[in-house]
Amino acid sequence: MSAKKLNLKDKYRLLTRDLDWEYSYVDRKKAFPYEEFEGIKITDWSKWEDPFRLTMDAYWKYQAEKEKKLYAIFDAFAQNNGHLNVTDARYVNAIKIFLTGVSPLEYQAYQGYAHVGRQFGGAGARVACQMQSIDELRHVQTQIHAMSHYNKYFDGFQDWTHMHDRVWYLSVPKSFFDDARSAGPFEFLIAISFSFEYVLTNLLFVPFMSGAAHNGDMATCTFGFSAQSDEARHMTLGLEIIKFLLEQHEDNVPIVQKWIDKWFWRGTRLLSIVAMMMDYMLPNKVMSWKEAWEVYFEEAGGALFKDLARYGIRMPKFVEVTEKEKEHVSHQAWWIFYNYGHAAGFHTWIPSDEELDWLSEKYPDTFDKYYRPRWELAKKMEAEGKRFYSQALPQLCTTCQIPMGFTEMDDPTQIAYRSSDYEGEKYHFCSDGCKHIFDEEPEKYVQSWLPVHQIYQGNCGGASVEEVLRDYYKLNLGADNLDIKGSPDEQRWKEWKGVA
Amino acid sequence: MTIEIKTSTLEPVRNTFANIERRFGDKPASRYQEATYDLQAETNFHYRPLWQPEFELNDKNRTKIVMEDWYALKDPRQFYYGAYVQQRAKMQESAESSYGFFEKRNLAGYLSDDVENLLITYLIPLRHIENTANLNNMYGCAFGYGTAITQALLYNAMDRLGIAQYLSRIGLMLDGNTGQSLIESKQHWMENPAWQGMRALCEEMTTVEDWFEVVLAQNLVMDTLVFNLFYEQLDGKLAAMGGRDIAMLTEFMQAWNKDVSKWFDSVLKTVASESDENKALLHAWTEKWQSKVLDALKPVIQELLEPEALNLAVAELEKRIKKAGITA
Repeated sequence: MSAKKLNLKDKYRLLTRDLDWEYSYVDRKKAFPYEEFEGIKITDWSKWEDPFRLTMDAYWKYQAEKEKKLYAIFDAFAQNNGHLNVTDARYVNAIKIFLTGVSPLEYQAYQGYAHVGRQFGGAGARVACQMQSIDELRHVQTQIHAMSHYNKYFDGFQDWTHMHDRVWYLSVPKSFFDDARSAGPFEFLIAISFSFEYVLTNLLFVPFMSGAAHNGDMATCTFGFSAQSDEARHMTLGLEIIKFLLEQHEDNVPIVQKWIDKWFWRGTRLLSIVAMMMDYMLPNKVMSWKEAWEVYFEEAGGALFKDLARYGIRMPKFVEVTEKEKEHVSHQAWWIFYNYGHAAGFHTWIPSDEELDWLSEKYPDTFDKYYRPRWELAKKMEAEGKRFYSQALPQLCTTCQIPMGFTEMDDPTQIAYRSSDYEGEKYHFCSDGCKHIFDEEPEKYVQSWLPVHQIYQGNCGGASVEEVLRDYYKLNLGADNLDIKGSPDEQRWKEWKGVA
Repeated sequence: MTIEIKTSTLEPVRNTFANIERRFGDKPASRYQEATYDLQAETNFHYRPLWQPEFELNDKNRTKIVMEDWYALKDPRQFYYGAYVQQRAKMQESAESSYGFFEKRNLAGYLSDDVENLLITYLIPLRHIENTANLNNMYGCAFGYGTAITQALLYNAMDRLGIAQYLSRIGLMLDGNTGQSLIESKQHWMENPAWQGMRALCEEMTTVEDWFEVVLAQNLVMDTLVFNLFYEQLDGKLAAMGGRDIAMLTEFMQAWNKDVSKWFDSVLKTVASESDENKALLHAWTEKWQSKVLDALKPVIQELLEPEALNLAVAELEKRIKKAGITA
């Protein structure tokens, strides 16, 4: 034969997108109907550069090897009561948040990528999304299996999927992903592949997995290592989608910028729970939230946005606010949970003296001035037997759904309130960023299932908060909630460790 | 391990997650159970999809099939991700050794021009049918309800991509890695009159709205007929033409078909036995798609196989339909 042998790139093309063809018998738009309504212009799908080249046979082979190793460690972990090796019982609360708050997002990612993995007309993009879909399914399932052993010995894991659909603070992550999945296919990819996986993933995944590594949690840490090569693929998809959209048509630039603005802010709000986890919940600290933000967003993200400038993309809106927020957000978030510890599915506590000192050292400009006094007061009240829980239900931000506890960043003694009027109703927000997102798409955010509103409207069962917690959320009151001090978790831990 | 505590002294507080306990009682659960049941969000969705405001994000009404509990559609293979990839890796290993052997011994060089032509004209175009199968199973995965069925549909979709890639590799072995045979075979798919009915049908299938209907049309009707004709009956013909070695390259597809039939037959049986309405729907869809697929296959099969070939394939399909209890 005279034809030339194929290079790897062309071969992969034949093994993926060449399977597709130009339709002649039905209107292709009927088969791929959602590509145009967002206003994105795709002039030529063939310009899509495959972000990675992995055929299914290789995928089965590599992933099976990874699973074999991972499950061998899960088995060993369970056989050897690996949970006894974590730093202390407080640590386990970080992974309760992970299972109830993050694993269901992996599930939604599986669903979201399945949807775009069917709906994109370009077969190259479709195949990449399908592979991410099955990876995300892997992540949720391996996380369940990693936590399965903890569930047998600690409270608060047991009803994670039921909780995710209902519990007030879990509507923060749930609404984040509902927002992305209910958007069009291109916004979904900018939201999740680019803004989340590429720009912010190091601030979610890395803190939890490093936290696990630093705190003797072999199951979670091994899962994290095992997922790394999947995540690397997901990040290349994030970079490809943004370059592809920006290069396809100049009219795409303002649309993409709008999505970056929205999803960057949505992402930072979601990460406030990670911030508090890093600063308050890990007995062995990895680094402070502020340091993580500086390394993973300000440095890495700064370089990325410099690269994107040639397409006419600028830094996300409100990025200057985050520069101030990194000093405050973890402290304010943990304070909210400390106040509502009776209504949470995990335990809360006052930082130890050493931990207070660590926070002072890591946050020299803000901690002693604004936050240490609160904890000193809480400590004093607790010692006097006056542990205080907020009984009133908080107002929630309509966009991010976090209780309105964040302050003005220039005046950390003043709670920030913003509002917008839409069709005769008033809507409340925690920040300019959240108000801006609402104002751009009010018809979407008026639909928000706000847990506190729903309780008041009687949609969550019982008349009292206690009934809601017990019957609607299915929390085991007295076991799952309240302080770690005196909890069954703590009692069992002491028995296992032989401490009085 | 630094801490040595006898396992027997540590009584677990509970055996499994609460949702699994509610379904199966307070006893240790399997990995399949913990990784499957109730994973998908059921209620309190925040926003309606911009692309389908008539539905919730997860909505049972995207098919006319009604199930009291969609998790009844469990997978008899108990495939969660880890079990799935490990099982496929085994099949892949054996396929790889066959493909490797075929290549090393240059078995393609011993095929007659007739056999090579037949493969390019009639077997390799199946890669495009597999592409459609990938889309249809992805559709079911994205719009289906409950992890039990949607995860199995995703595995199926990825399998179809894999099969399309194996078929493409057969072409690449014939043409010595130039891609020429794939170009020719795609030309047949695009232009050869014998294939146009199948191509039109594949295009039509990707516009079907009801996810269960398209999944049934694909995984029951289309697959039973196509796999019987192209991997079993054609196998015999190839052997008679001196192309017996091709069976090494299609062994994966045969083994795969067996594996997924077991799963999908059980799904159909469960759906059919749920209600007479379901049964009637399945029946109507099966009839509708059987007649469409047969019409589309007729011109190809007329050129490729003996006159009774379609009847043999239909008999195979009827066996499955009967087994699943899809009767009028």
